Amino acid sequence: MTLVGWLQIGLILGLVALTARPLGLYMARVFSGERTLLSPLLGSTERIFYWLAGVEPDHEQGWLAYTSSMLVFSATGFASLYAILRLQAYLPFNPRHFANIPPDLAFNTAISFLTNTNWQAYSGETSMSNFTQMAGLTVHNFLSAATGVALAIAVTRAFARHNAATLGNFWVDITRATLYVFLPFSLLIAVTFIATGVPQTLAGSVDAVTLEGARQVIALGPVASQEAIKQFGTNGGGFFNANAAHPFENPNALANLLQIWALLAVPFGLLVTFGKMVGSEKQGWALFKIAGLVLVGAVVIVYAAESFGNPLLTHLGLDPSGGNMEGKETRFGIALSSLYAVATTATSCGGVNAMMDSFAPLGGLVPMFLMQLGLITPGGVGSGLYGLIVFAIITVFIGGLMVGRTPEFLGKKIESREVKLAILAVLILPLAILGFSAVAAVLPSALASLGNNGPHGLSEILYAYTSAAGNNGSAFAGLNANTPWWNVTTGIAMVLGRFGYVVPVMAMAGSIAAKKKVQASLGTLPTDGGLFVGLMIGVILIVGGLQFLPALALGPMVEHFLMLAGKTF
Amino acid sequence: MSRKSESRHQLSLFDPAIMRTAAIDAVKKLSPHALAANPVIFVTETVAALVTFLWLRSLWLGRGDSPSFSGQIALWLWFTVLFANFAEAVAEGRGKARAATLRASRSDTLAKRLVDPEGRSHLDRVYSTVSARQLRVGDVVLVEAGDLIPSDGDIIDGMASVNESAITGESAPVIREAGGDRCAVTGGTTVLSDWIKVRISAQPGNTFIDRMIALVEGAERQKTPNELALSVLLVGLTLMFLIAVVTLWSFATYSHTTVSVTVLVSLLVTLIPTTIGGLLSAIGIAGMDRLVRFNVLATSGRAVEAAGDVDTLLLDKTGTITFGNRMASEFIALPGVELRKLAEVALISSLADETPEGRSIIALAKTDYGIAEPDLTAKSPVVIPFAAQTRLSGIDIGESRLRKGAVDSVLKFVGLPADQVAPEFRQSVDRISRMGGTPLAVAVDHSLLGLIYLKDVVKPGIKERFAALRAMGIKTVMITGDNPLTAAAIATEAGVDDFLAEATPEDKLNFIRKEQTGGRLVAMCGDGTNDAPALAQADVGVAMQTGTQAAREAGNMVDLDSDPTKLIEVVEIGKQLLMTRGSLTTFSIANDVAKYFAILPALFLATYPELGALNVMRLSSPQSAILSAVIFNAVIIVLLIPLALSGVSYRPVGAAALLRRNLLIYGLGGLIAPFVGIKVIDLVVTALHLS
Amino acid sequence: MLAHIRPAVVLLSLFTLLTGLAYPLAMTGIASTLFPWQAGGSLIQRDGKVVGSAVIGQNFVSAKYFHPRPSATSATDPKDPSKTIAAPYNADNSSGSNLGATSKALIDRVKAGIKVGRAEGWRGPLPADALTTSASGLDPDISPQYALLQAPVVAKARGLDAARLRNLVIAEIQKPWMGFFGEPRVNVLKLNLALDALK
Repeated sequence: MTLVGWLQIGLILGLVALTARPLGLYMARVFSGERTLLSPLLGSTERIFYWLAGVEPDHEQGWLAYTSSMLVFSATGFASLYAILRLQAYLPFNPRHFANIPPDLAFNTAISFLTNTNWQAYSGETSMSNFTQMAGLTVHNFLSAATGVALAIAVTRAFARHNAATLGNFWVDITRATLYVFLPFSLLIAVTFIATGVPQTLAGSVDAVTLEGARQVIALGPVASQEAIKQFGTNGGGFFNANAAHPFENPNALANLLQIWALLAVPFGLLVTFGKMVGSEKQGWALFKIAGLVLVGAVVIVYAAESFGNPLLTHLGLDPSGGNMEGKETRFGIALSSLYAVATTATSCGGVNAMMDSFAPLGGLVPMFLMQLGLITPGGVGSGLYGLIVFAIITVFIGGLMVGRTPEFLGKKIESREVKLAILAVLILPLAILGFSAVAAVLPSALASLGNNGPHGLSEILYAYTSAAGNNGSAFAGLNANTPWWNVTTGIAMVLGRFGYVVPVMAMAGSIAAKKKVQASLGTLPTDGGLFVGLMIGVILIVGGLQFLPALALGPMVEHFLMLAGKTF
Repeated sequence: MSRKSESRHQLSLFDPAIMRTAAIDAVKKLSPHALAANPVIFVTETVAALVTFLWLRSLWLGRGDSPSFSGQIALWLWFTVLFANFAEAVAEGRGKARAATLRASRSDTLAKRLVDPEGRSHLDRVYSTVSARQLRVGDVVLVEAGDLIPSDGDIIDGMASVNESAITGESAPVIREAGGDRCAVTGGTTVLSDWIKVRISAQPGNTFIDRMIALVEGAERQKTPNELALSVLLVGLTLMFLIAVVTLWSFATYSHTTVSVTVLVSLLVTLIPTTIGGLLSAIGIAGMDRLVRFNVLATSGRAVEAAGDVDTLLLDKTGTITFGNRMASEFIALPGVELRKLAEVALISSLADETPEGRSIIALAKTDYGIAEPDLTAKSPVVIPFAAQTRLSGIDIGESRLRKGAVDSVLKFVGLPADQVAPEFRQSVDRISRMGGTPLAVAVDHSLLGLIYLKDVVKPGIKERFAALRAMGIKTVMITGDNPLTAAAIATEAGVDDFLAEATPEDKLNFIRKEQTGGRLVAMCGDGTNDAPALAQADVGVAMQTGTQAAREAGNMVDLDSDPTKLIEVVEIGKQLLMTRGSLTTFSIANDVAKYFAILPALFLATYPELGALNVMRLSSPQSAILSAVIFNAVIIVLLIPLALSGVSYRPVGAAALLRRNLLIYGLGGLIAPFVGIKVIDLVVTALHLS
Repeated sequence: MLAHIRPAVVLLSLFTLLTGLAYPLAMTGIASTLFPWQAGGSLIQRDGKVVGSAVIGQNFVSAKYFHPRPSATSATDPKDPSKTIAAPYNADNSSGSNLGATSKALIDRVKAGIKVGRAEGWRGPLPADALTTSASGLDPDISPQYALLQAPVVAKARGLDAARLRNLVIAEIQKPWMGFFGEPRVNVLKLNLALDALK
């Protein structure tokens, strides 16, 4: 680790912290239905959309109607994306004449983009037409992000309201999220990306003849427009196979700065939005600190592990001062690669600028563990916020009892129904991750996909299901995930991770909204102070993470000790 | 708090008789049917049976782990279950002992059922003797001196002194009479003198004593809302670790290592929250029991929990905040009147006054003014007793008429129109009222001498109690019939946050509703029938045992000592109950970290000796590590039983300070304790060659 | 449920038009006016012919050129479409090696790389990027250390003064933004173009 490295990390995180409040307050205005700077520009578009869709913007929905709308919308999105993938050969903007996507891969990919996972079992530049990338994948980059934010806002309203039967209108929330938040920022980010060297063209590829006379086919496309929403919506599905490590997606350190800022901006900003909407900005900042501290702690470990270099290679004579450069780009170096890896797995982005599979064992353990915690530090757009709230509820429950009162969070009493639904949601991750991994670990057809042997192979399995169930989408990419087994099972894990998680959470929100708001007193557990921050981090690590430790012990943990002992596989 | 009630029912925490019964009950509770209500311990029992089977198999067939290892693990798993059962049984023990005493007073009472309850005919004292169990609501019975009152009811005729020690433990008799707030009688108590006619108000089997027995015995114990929520959390954690452990088998297979079922099971049991799971019901029972020992009966555990949540306490001024009696604290003479003269007249006029106020006047005159008590026998004094019409009392000595009494009455007595009174006198009257006191005027014949300042004395230490409540975030509200001026003065002196002056029952009810709409939980105590609506509306309503049947029905707690101050302790007991649960849950969960460090390296040491680096406790062998963790897991339950029963220590401070303190003790302590404990057990296990 | 279908279908269609077509096409239009070179892939032309992209690495095997980092990209085997063959710097199929830290394949590859490098004339400590593959397999840059390591080899092959080549490398080092943000690096294609221009 170097001081310069920390300065780079500090600059990016500082920018995120600086922009969180303005962005968060802006989003609070957007979702409170207030006028914003963009209202004169977009107001009429918004109204036309509602009119065409037959949506009464003032008609609010209860949790069940809100959730059903979301499910129907997702199902519709799945059907349309699946169709585009299966039929892309007959659709326009296919300059390289890519074939239709086979059913299992189309299923996996459609689920993946719908759930904001953006797990890529395909290689973008060799299989997806420009039409698919734009009208299929880019659209769902917007809509899955908007859906996540809408759900989080609905949960937020549950705490802001008193004896309420409704949580808002799903159609209005996704429309406003897309029109006022994701689209305008994506425009700005995309233009900046192009300026730094990200291509934006309808051409499929260009041929070059190298100085040595060899032919190089350089894949191209409308990269910048997709890259912008991919990051800003914490989607992470790259235009290219190598994702943001590809020089066209992420050409230099400045582009990288924008990449990391964009993927952290909304998840952190939403914490401020939450505070603002529930009437306690301080509460939002407490969640901000919880997420921020875990994130910084993770960066320390990953940066240290990667800087240390691979002792096995050092032993061969490599200069360890360069760090572990296998699977990393020269222009990013160790510091920016480590930060990216943590940022992308602390959110549900899942884009990568370095290959996690080649990280040092502990460097790979931390991203995996961050996802296993539930992708809440600060998590994906929206999903991170409601995940944090679930953990806040569990923390308040334990902490509230400790101060001798029925636990309450933001004036809402936490009772057995809320605890039950919170636990139900939290159980989904271990069930999907460990359950599928356990089967894959002994199934020969699944094991055939592994790219590495020994404990690292187990890490690849665990990472795949962790990423899928957590709706992250990053991978230990040595695993060949494009087989029927992996396509189907990771697809199911993604569905469980998104919908299996959010449905109980929405039911919980419904029950919380209906409660009256209890006044806080000196006897109320303060949930916005340092003590609570510490307690909640403890609960996240112990309740959210501890159950994965036995599996991790046999994967990255043992690999770390084996690496130190000089063993190879 | 009232010491007497504490000591009366005090059984030592580990009374040998209770321990003996509890040990037997612990074994009885092994029945899976009984344990099904406690999923964490049920899982433990299931796997204990599984390991026992494996142990037997290894004994017979010589397969699997060494019999000594699996045998010991099985043994300690059974101990874990037994210890949890034991904790519950001990907690139940004291209640059962109390219930046995109560039952004795209930056995087969005979009742004298009146043939003509209305008493309109000559048959008004004719009765038939029936068993108490045959009495129905509405029956009227005659109870005479020496009889046990057969069931709960209200006196409709007569008056009697009643010994209620069967319920309250207090042997001094109380007066019960028809009409008013003292008409309720309780089955199982004894009439000492006179006779009463009682209209029965409870169905057999549903009398106060019946309910009391059920309550203290825990027979109808239902999980309280918080307990239910906590159970859900514990089940969730259990499921999580179940998933983690079951899937581990497959990951071990991938790693070409075999993990024995015994070892996996050990990992599971040490990770699931057995500590809190084992102690949860004991904590709840002990919380109820603390109330019972405090002579307060809660109709449900829900009420006890609600007590911990209370935000606003409504307290009656008289008896709770002030002593019931006013005391003379100052003489104020009119200009031109000698103070000693006033004091002397006040003393003489009070000589025959046996009320506490009268005695306090004499005491004040003697001690502060050095007036000796004159011998009046020779002067043949005539005592003028207090009468509601005149509102005066005094003595006539010869021609002199010495009087003291309400200011207006005395003015009338001396024949002084209100507008001709000296302004100093008026000012003094106002000043006394403002300070919350009562002015008494003193006069001899037609001359007004001055005033006695009767002070409403606030109980010593009450101000500090209220300050403590404020620190806990609880608002205190004083309820009084006094005028706002007086009420404000006493409120300031006692340090309550708010007061409700000239309060009618409707005012109380409306005040409670208003607080509740604002999202606050309200506790109050009351005894009269007109308190019943407010008691029912309050989240925690403590009815006085001396109160009416209606009040007792309306509240969700009954204070057998009829001491309204206890409301404060009730709140503290409620808080303590929740805190104990929360603290032990935190402790239990925090324990897991150390257990991982004990078991994980041991689990895979054969395949991956490199994992030994995680063996930070330097445990001597894999088997010893696992055994030590399992033993620690069992023993910690026993060690925590006293804490579960007596509750974590409680201090009236704000939530932030409480959290800091409990987090330090039970959170940090929960992280560290098992590291030390497992290491010590490992040393012992190794020294004894148990592994 | 049925009531939700109309808004679902209508909004999905509208957003597909807006974010899936209007947005990327508008961006393409804006890009071609504001930043046509970057939008087209930052292509470098020499003598009117595209020789590569400024941001995409390409393979150099001749000793007369500076070499990029090893690349793990592959291509379909022309002889058997079901198989893949190693194809370094295949800009049509970006990929990393995805070999873990304890991978025997990784160790063997590095061992072989060191052997080749030393044989070519590498002297001194071995910078990490010289023997490790990048994440994309298309890394356009190498570290200044790696460039300097190669300078004597290239100088020898070209018959140039080693010191002159050293200076060329130093001149081609791209400094981090504001002196600290990013890593110092050398773009291999630009270095080699400068090298060709030396004559």
